[in-house]
Amino acid sequence: MPATTMSKAEREQSHARVFDLSQHSLRELNQALHKLTPGSNETAWEVLNPKGSHSVAVGVDQPITIDVRGSVGYYCAGMNDGAAITVHGSAGPGVGENMMSGSIVIKGDASQYAGATGRGGLLVIEGNASSRCGISMKGIDIVVHGNIGHMSAFMAQSGNLVVLGDAGDALGDSIYEARLFVRGKVESLGADCIAKEMRPEHIELLQALLDKAGVTGVKASEFKRYGSARKLYNFNIDNADAY
Amino acid sequence: MTYRNPPTTPRKSATFDDYTLSEIRRAAATGIYDIRGAGAKRKLPHFDDLLFLGASISRYPLEGYRERCDTSVVLGSRHARKPIELKIPITIAGMSFGSLSGPAKEALGRGATLSGTSTTTGDGGMTEEERGHSKTLVYQYLPSRYGMNPRDLRRADAIEVVVGQGAKPGGGGMLLGQKISDRVAEMRTLPKGIDQRSASRHPDWTGPDDLEIKILELREITDWEKPIYVKVGGARPYYDTALAVKAGADVVVVDGMQGGTAATQEVFIENVGQPTLACIRPAVQALQDLGMHRKVQLIVSGGIRNGADVAKALALGVDAVSIGTAALVALGDNDPRWEAEYSALGTTAGAYDDWHEGRDPAGITTQDPELMKRVDPIAAGRRLANYLKVMTLEAQTIARACGKNSLHNLEPEDLVALSIEAAAMAGVPLAGTNWIPGKNGF
Repeated sequence: MPATTMSKAEREQSHARVFDLSQHSLRELNQALHKLTPGSNETAWEVLNPKGSHSVAVGVDQPITIDVRGSVGYYCAGMNDGAAITVHGSAGPGVGENMMSGSIVIKGDASQYAGATGRGGLLVIEGNASSRCGISMKGIDIVVHGNIGHMSAFMAQSGNLVVLGDAGDALGDSIYEARLFVRGKVESLGADCIAKEMRPEHIELLQALLDKAGVTGVKASEFKRYGSARKLYNFNIDNADAY
Repeated sequence: MTYRNPPTTPRKSATFDDYTLSEIRRAAATGIYDIRGAGAKRKLPHFDDLLFLGASISRYPLEGYRERCDTSVVLGSRHARKPIELKIPITIAGMSFGSLSGPAKEALGRGATLSGTSTTTGDGGMTEEERGHSKTLVYQYLPSRYGMNPRDLRRADAIEVVVGQGAKPGGGGMLLGQKISDRVAEMRTLPKGIDQRSASRHPDWTGPDDLEIKILELREITDWEKPIYVKVGGARPYYDTALAVKAGADVVVVDGMQGGTAATQEVFIENVGQPTLACIRPAVQALQDLGMHRKVQLIVSGGIRNGADVAKALALGVDAVSIGTAALVALGDNDPRWEAEYSALGTTAGAYDDWHEGRDPAGITTQDPELMKRVDPIAAGRRLANYLKVMTLEAQTIARACGKNSLHNLEPEDLVALSIEAAAMAGVPLAGTNWIPGKNGF
């Protein structure tokens, strides 16, 4: 629910600690979030008026919920380790970069490098994601309801990238062991990335990810799987044209 | 008796010298460029081309063993809530676990800690050996982000955003399959035994404006406690320094082409980037032009070997230097005691640079469990501390002779150059003249 439509009484009833970025600084917000300890009862937070601020709710390491009412700039929820963060708007570049655990949901679109180098947790983008989505991912799961841009999953090492729409050019260039599932069309595959067989274990894995991301009305069998041909893992001069 | 014309002495080409010919034959046989460790080996204008003037009638010296000559330096005072204070202006440069063995990393931490200085992680994350044995540890933030996590970020004493390094400005890391052991593979989230080529650009920012936002994120995650360094290779030191300052760096690290690397192409090491000496004055000039000299600290690395090099770098306006190759030599790298094994590898002590192959007889640049036992981290750490002590005493000796009660009071006016090239690069007069090439239109 957008902040503007929520009454003061409703907000108080929600027991969320409300933090208005038009009244307080980004520093105060992040400091307050970092001060939380495992026993804290301040487990629900709401951030108002982000207005495209960078680094909103970065480095959170407690299992709390944070609802950000509006759009954010760069690196929102960067290095998140355990929190469930929802952005009720769109996100700028590098949302959820290097996430360790927890979840991030973007209700709108995400800019470049969404989920870059993420190591764990789940990043859901309900709109589209721009280029380099999941670049260098190292264990994170990313589910994009819309399309993703070019060079996505570049050098992706581990984890799963699920795309309900289409993927841009050079998907999975120089990919390592990450798994890519795309339902729509792929503009082109990058170096060493190939289409792979969907075996039962992949259907099972993908279905679990779709369920976890709250995706309904879409079957795992509608997706194609892509991954590494593993031909560039050890340098061979005869492959030099591929680089 | 027949007359034979007198022959000429066989003459080899200066252009096609023995090394060049051997490289052509090697390339023709293998079809791949030569990969090696270390930095530029070619002869370059360097600190050896500078001399201190010492004291005379116009400047009086300090007493060598009686009058104090301060060596301490504070890094990160611009923005960090917890700047770091080092007892000596010589730090240990970033070298990765993976490239180096665990005991070698531990030895670097021990040596640095004994000497009151810092050591630095590398392109492989932070190890317990290193954190545990380093009082002051700088955590590198690299394009690969191997092992990167907020917990290590917070237990670091400073963060170094690595944009480039002197051996390969514009190149990424390289760690070949033979060194990707189980532990290295796990820390880097990669399959064991593959050739690992790190990206050369950061995955989530490009350019100075993004860097400013990235630095803000790192500061927010660490609650503005940690000094943030930005490290660049010696490419465009004036502009790179200015842009790092603009992006919010507390410390700028400039690494010249003599700076080492674990592994990269020989052609890259020898042909890209500028000598350390050529990088210093432009970097200092950038800080001075912005009114930030001594407010943002400048660290320079690449070919620092002794106290004279330290003193010369500081005289040119640097706040601290960093050593990598020299520190490895202090630990035991390229020691002639292993000559028989170097010889078996087709090289000789002092020339061994195939660090990427993981067969280092000295046990430093390896992940081989047997070879790495050759480094006793306590003894090697002690050797590093001794070496750092000698460098510091040497630098103090020179500073006192120049009448300075702090190493940081050394100045360009204390120096002359032995060659026109060095005079132009360092911006100090050619010895015996008042000529600084490039100054005043000459």
